[in-house]
Amino acid sequence: MNAHAKPSKLIKGADGDWEVVIGMEIHAQVTSRSKLFSGASTAFGGAPNSHVSLVDAAMPGMLPVINEECVRQAVRTGLGLKAAINLKSVFDRKNYFYPDLPQGYQISQYKSPIVGEGKVVVDLPDGESVTVGIERVHLEQDAGKLLHDQHPTMSYVDLNRSGVALMEIVSRPDLRSAEDAKAFVSKLRSILRYLGTCDGDMEKGSLRADVNVSVRRPGAPFGTRCEIKNVNSIRFIGQAIDYESRRQIETLEEGGTIEQETRLFDPNKGETRSMRSKEEAHDYRYFPDPDLLPLELTQDFVDELKKGLPELPDQKKARLIADMGLSAYDADVLVAERETADFFEAVARGRDPKIAANWVINELAGRLNREGHSIADSPVSAGQLGAILDLMGEGTISGKIAKDLFEIVWTEGGDPRAIVEQRGMKQVTDLGAIAAVVDGIVAANPDKAAQAKEKPAVLGWFVGQVMKSSGGKANPKAVNDLLKQKLGL
Amino acid sequence: MTDITSLTIAAARDALKKKTISARELADAHLSAMERARSLNAYVLETPDVARTMAARSDKRIAAGEAGPLEGIPIGVKDLFCTKDVRTTACSHILHNFVPAYESTVTAQLWRDGAVMLGKTNNDEFAMGSSNETSYFGPVTSPWHRKGSNTPLVPGGSSGGSAAAVAANLCLAATGTDTGGSIRQPAAFTGIAGLKPTYGRCSRWGIVAFASSLDQAGPFTRTVRDGAILLRSMAGHDPKDTTSVDRPVPDYEAAIGRSVKGMRIGIPKEYRVDGMAAEIEKLWEQGIAWLKAAGAEIVEISLPHTKYALPAYYIVAPAEASSNLARYDGVRYGLREPGRDIIGMYENTRARGFGKEVRRRVMIGTYVLSAGYYDAYYLRAQKVRTLIKRDFEEVFARGVQAILTPATPTAAFGIGEKGGVDPIEMYLNDVFTVTVNMAGLPGLAVPAGLSSEGLPLGLQLIGRPFDEETLFSLGEVIEQAAGRFAPETWW
Repeated sequence: MNAHAKPSKLIKGADGDWEVVIGMEIHAQVTSRSKLFSGASTAFGGAPNSHVSLVDAAMPGMLPVINEECVRQAVRTGLGLKAAINLKSVFDRKNYFYPDLPQGYQISQYKSPIVGEGKVVVDLPDGESVTVGIERVHLEQDAGKLLHDQHPTMSYVDLNRSGVALMEIVSRPDLRSAEDAKAFVSKLRSILRYLGTCDGDMEKGSLRADVNVSVRRPGAPFGTRCEIKNVNSIRFIGQAIDYESRRQIETLEEGGTIEQETRLFDPNKGETRSMRSKEEAHDYRYFPDPDLLPLELTQDFVDELKKGLPELPDQKKARLIADMGLSAYDADVLVAERETADFFEAVARGRDPKIAANWVINELAGRLNREGHSIADSPVSAGQLGAILDLMGEGTISGKIAKDLFEIVWTEGGDPRAIVEQRGMKQVTDLGAIAAVVDGIVAANPDKAAQAKEKPAVLGWFVGQVMKSSGGKANPKAVNDLLKQKLGL
Repeated sequence: MTDITSLTIAAARDALKKKTISARELADAHLSAMERARSLNAYVLETPDVARTMAARSDKRIAAGEAGPLEGIPIGVKDLFCTKDVRTTACSHILHNFVPAYESTVTAQLWRDGAVMLGKTNNDEFAMGSSNETSYFGPVTSPWHRKGSNTPLVPGGSSGGSAAAVAANLCLAATGTDTGGSIRQPAAFTGIAGLKPTYGRCSRWGIVAFASSLDQAGPFTRTVRDGAILLRSMAGHDPKDTTSVDRPVPDYEAAIGRSVKGMRIGIPKEYRVDGMAAEIEKLWEQGIAWLKAAGAEIVEISLPHTKYALPAYYIVAPAEASSNLARYDGVRYGLREPGRDIIGMYENTRARGFGKEVRRRVMIGTYVLSAGYYDAYYLRAQKVRTLIKRDFEEVFARGVQAILTPATPTAAFGIGEKGGVDPIEMYLNDVFTVTVNMAGLPGLAVPAGLSSEGLPLGLQLIGRPFDEETLFSLGEVIEQAAGRFAPETWW
């Protein structure tokens, strides 16, 4: 890999180029109704300590019982990452003291994770793609939360999250820029959302990243890495990597050395800060949890889950390109979110896929973005958009009117065909009527008519006038043809 | 009529059924006996109100012909079992005020079957000890004295309170837990029967954990038959404990009196340890003779890794304990000693909340799991454990149905006599019992005789996994031959 440092990804230092090397540990909250080892709810936003079982609060004598749904979700995730599923895995205890950790240990998987090696293909905006190795995926418990603003001298503990299932997805150090890293997380998030194994909601903390960053001269061995803990947005991941790689380069160029340490990203200042050094690192005293038997799966169980997997973004993208003739760019945009892809496919069914893609991407997605809606709560349904496209396709309305119609449906709702009917938005295809308007406008503008022979652009002006005068309903092709005839072009 | 507190469960069951006694009478007689015996310190909490309420309900059910298998039987509960709305401390300062909102599965099953709770019995703090001297509530005094001596003796541990209570007729039976011998050794020291069932036979849910891979609940009773009766109610699969095993619970009592003729009994040569008292050796020979007389076939066997069991046990058990006890941090329940910050609070709470032996084992456990030492200690101990298990498997594979050994290397000792300077001296008490926990097997301690000083001595029967029935059959043979042993009442 050393030989392949890409010039475009290198960072210019004061005395030459540097390459940044990034690996990630993504903590993804498993989508499940109850926690990893207890029956308590995983619902977000409950009153503090309202979703806490005796097990989550680590009362004396309580024992963990594995939640099978979380196991299925982890296996689905592994399959979605094209990873090896380990039919036998082991839960270990990671021991440390903190008030948000009631047991005094986190149940995790250390030596024998449920999912082994896999890979994620990440398509970058420049059309390149990077294959990022997945080292492993394991299941573990989330911790609770400390509330520091409830009392002048005390901190409060909320155990609602305590025991919620997380998947830790560990990548190989295969990423070479902040852009790579952001694209990787986006792609991973997209896969998890397709699988339905994690909602990917970074604002609610459903997806967090620990980012390992090191720098080196191109071709040199890996440098010493720093781990930036718990970064909770894709934008912050980019900022943290940019800051951290510059910091490391400056330190090294000034003759300093990088200490292996854990750092925190401060989004307000846009910088990373030292949290603890390697010497201060915990000794977690991992050992197999004697309360839990090794987790053993059958190949049938895995095969059954494999059969039930949905089409994933890569497959869907390939299909949209091959079967529907979309561009790679359009396909990328459409498959990023499963809901968008589903919406698009509903619109495209039985219609021209390229026009459908164009409308979904430009009209709909653009508008949704501007107004802060998600596709799930789009004011215009796939059925309504399809009807608009049908009206346009059959020549009942023009493209221009279609946009007006889209606007009406967006704000008022309703059946597009009925709206066209009721509001007289039908395209005028009566050549006689159009010819009358054309004649009137040409007669009223003799100067322009004269110019038209030398400057073909003037034709456009006439088209505009005719359309305006017809309220946009005149068939543009008919207008064009009649004008050319009239003006002798 | 004899004192009804000296009845066996079997006899009390009949008397209750015939209504010659009531559950209320039986409970009251025990509550009075407990009051008179407070100097023994066998109970850390008496629950007379609970006992009388439960007994009254039992009487109603008996009258209605709806008696459960343990209806009206008064029982002591080791303070390691969480009991709903009844203080449960594990005999530790750190849980001195802890009142669970839940009932352990094992005790819930006892109450389901009609048993009556008399109170919570004393034990070594978090079950860490072999003499009941590490309890926050002070040591238990054995109801036994050496002939012509008033020296207070230990009842053994960690379930010392349960053993003393059963031996002194302060309950008809008691629950215990056994991690390395905590049922069998005190049973042997107090002249009663004590069973550690197969790992997974009883649910661990709601029992304060010491070492999860070794802990198992079991009964203390004055007869082997009573042990069989109690185990039937205690045992069974529990979906809340994934290490409990889903297999039917047999009618253990039916094994009592079953012929042992032709049964192959192994005598492990490695259990003839250096410095074993001559009278223990003699007792063992006697036990062999009794079983032979009953028609059993005696075969010498070898369990070559026995000598590594004790050191390996004292790595595995503290390792698990160091992690299991991390939850006692002063944050959510139990003792909290303030500190200047969270670390200070942890340090103060755990330093003051845990006694010396618990702190020692937490330190040992933390050490053996720490980076750089894990492989040398914990991992190696686990390998030894596998070898110990294999030793037994090979013996059983050759047709041996049970193994007979002494239960303890000595009779009971005086309070304060052992382990003061060197804790190893105390740990050596478990030399015959820990292998059974390491291998997850059932083990039954049966009283077999008295020492020259007049103290009870016990034999241990080790069985195949989930073959408690054979142990009850064999145990009863020894019991029939040896007779029963009861201390003189001096308290």
